[in-house]
Amino acid sequence: MKYALFLGCTIPARLKAYESSSRAVLGKLDVTLVDIDEFKCCGYPLRNIDFKAFVLSSARNLALAKKEGLEVMTLCKCGYGTLKKAAHLMKENTSLREEINAILAEEGLQYEAGIDIMHLLTVLYKEVGLEAIKEKITRPYENLKVATHYGCHALRPSQVTQFDDPVAPTLFDELVNITGAKSIEWSTKLECCGGPLLGLNDELSFVFRDKKLLDAKKAGADYLTTGCPFCQIQFDTVQNHHIPSILYSQLLGLCLGLDKQALGLDSKRTDIAKIENFLAP
Amino acid sequence: MLLLLMHALEKYITSVLFAEYYSTLNPFMFLRDLFGAMVIVGLALVLYRRFFSKKARPTTSGMDYYAIIILAAIMILGVLLEATKIVSHSRYEEMVEEYAMLEEEEAMSLEAYWVEKFSVISPDVKGPFDKDTLEEGKGLHEMSCADCHSRPQWAFMGYAVAKVIQPVYFAHTFMWYLHFLACFIGLAYLPFSKFFHIFATPVTLLLNAVMERGKSDPANMATKQAIELDACIRCGDCTTRCSVAVAFKQIPNPNILPSEKMAALRALVSGKKLSEKELRTIQEGSHICTDCHRCTDVCMVGINLEDLWFSMRDNLAQLGYPKPEAWAREAMRADYGLTKMKDKTLSLTPADRGFLGELTGSAQASTFSVCFGCENCTNVCPVVGNYENPQEVVGLMPHQIMHTLALGCRDLALGSSMLWDCVTCYTCQEYCPQGVCITDVLYELKNLAFRQLKKVA
Repeated sequence: MKYALFLGCTIPARLKAYESSSRAVLGKLDVTLVDIDEFKCCGYPLRNIDFKAFVLSSARNLALAKKEGLEVMTLCKCGYGTLKKAAHLMKENTSLREEINAILAEEGLQYEAGIDIMHLLTVLYKEVGLEAIKEKITRPYENLKVATHYGCHALRPSQVTQFDDPVAPTLFDELVNITGAKSIEWSTKLECCGGPLLGLNDELSFVFRDKKLLDAKKAGADYLTTGCPFCQIQFDTVQNHHIPSILYSQLLGLCLGLDKQALGLDSKRTDIAKIENFLAP
Repeated sequence: MLLLLMHALEKYITSVLFAEYYSTLNPFMFLRDLFGAMVIVGLALVLYRRFFSKKARPTTSGMDYYAIIILAAIMILGVLLEATKIVSHSRYEEMVEEYAMLEEEEAMSLEAYWVEKFSVISPDVKGPFDKDTLEEGKGLHEMSCADCHSRPQWAFMGYAVAKVIQPVYFAHTFMWYLHFLACFIGLAYLPFSKFFHIFATPVTLLLNAVMERGKSDPANMATKQAIELDACIRCGDCTTRCSVAVAFKQIPNPNILPSEKMAALRALVSGKKLSEKELRTIQEGSHICTDCHRCTDVCMVGINLEDLWFSMRDNLAQLGYPKPEAWAREAMRADYGLTKMKDKTLSLTPADRGFLGELTGSAQASTFSVCFGCENCTNVCPVVGNYENPQEVVGLMPHQIMHTLALGCRDLALGSSMLWDCVTCYTCQEYCPQGVCITDVLYELKNLAFRQLKKVA
């Protein structure tokens, strides 16, 4: 298994732990990651402003991966949704494809259909497989209740993203359950974290965030888990948060016996680091 | 740098350090030309990178031209000065008068030797010379001149040029004045030019090692940022590395590129009078940025570019140019909002000449036409669900926007705050029984709003 790792902009700048923990986990599971230095913005931040600029940015990254003959794996749900969307548009709209390819040709690039775009969670679930992961788990969690946050841009529009069932997804829950933790049911599981409105309408953005955090707590979860830097940052930067949020790569990494430092677990963040107490002796 | 220290400041540095220093003696003569050649190669690289390389470069301003022209003039004139000095007969005579006491016969021999071996052009003696004359000349040379003169071939650039200009050589004093004039122009222009980075860059590197946003005094941060603007050497590496630079090919706003943002920022802080249109372009450019920190990481002179962009956005917001989305929301609501329609009569535009005609190649957005008004989208929308009386806050609700578009009232849809409050969770689209791409329609409307605003500005 070999993928071009698409980090995007937010992870290297603001959530390095997601990158290091994902590399550590995938390394343990024999997934090879290739870095393409020329990968740039996925186009997501341009969507409000200019449709074609967004498609161009996405298509450029996909063309780069195609040139290397690699499939793309993202860690970010917004990056995943954006690349998927662009691939979908380039497939359905011939004139758009030609226009974008004409611009890409200036750099000697060409977008061709047929590049698989994966997310960390889909790679783990569909490619590595639950059984293979389970075999490598050395210290499963005990009595740990986790609320999974799926993330909108991976889940919807399902026709385009093909992540999981948009109404009753199980992929993330199954991935949590193999760690020994128990994924709980909670009513706002599939709702938005509010991240996309950050900076545009902070008040509304925080309403969504707080609603989810409170709901997860009420449902009895000890931790919230995410697979997207925007969602993680949104949940994690609250001052008196109701419930700590942990990246799935860190959650899994700990029970694979990986080093805390490699997973980017900050020892100063006792609320998150305390999850170790749930590991089997 | 080496040329500057060894050659331009020879009186204060080289001759103090090396007692036996003479500019015409090796290794100094050779080194001067070697360092000069390095500068010329550097200049050639600059020219290539700026004008011929395919990589994204910053635009070239007058300042860049002047810098290149002045530096090139200093170098070319310097080499010409050296060349004319090598072949100059008058210079030769001055030197002989000062350093050698010769009989006429001896003088002729020495001159013959210098014409032969040092390429002096003499109106008095002509080669070929016989062996004895040269022998005698050599003896005299070793006695009077050799202590301070190496063979001119070592000054390889000057010598090569001397060979070329031999037939048409001209006075070295004239060259001397020109070379000095060019140097003085360069010196006078330095504080106002990009050469000022020679001073600002080391200061920036030092300051950034000890200062941090949020920890240091804001007033000091502002001073630091002002110095950073001068520290920029306009190499364009930030633009090459920029995450969103590719968008420039679709949105022709140079202020998207970090190197051009610097130019805009310089114009802003220097209090230059900028037109509404220029400010709008800067506003848009300053926000087309993913805060990915790559420009700052790659900057070889250590400028904290990302911090500069933050300050730039704050500054623009104070001037009344906030985040483009916030501007668009207000501007569109003011122009087309429901409250504006006093008589409550709507003017209809046929759907094909309204919104449909303005879609940018996205067939998904035309799906609004199959909406049958079941209101599923509005019912599942978390934004709508958040308010007691949503219409007061968001204007039109999602199903109403679809309906409005079908009626051909695109302006009414553009004035709805719902566009800018949409959290893009795609729940509406997922639950639409008709397959209307509601979220994508909202994206398309936001694009349209920006296009419209740009046209007005």
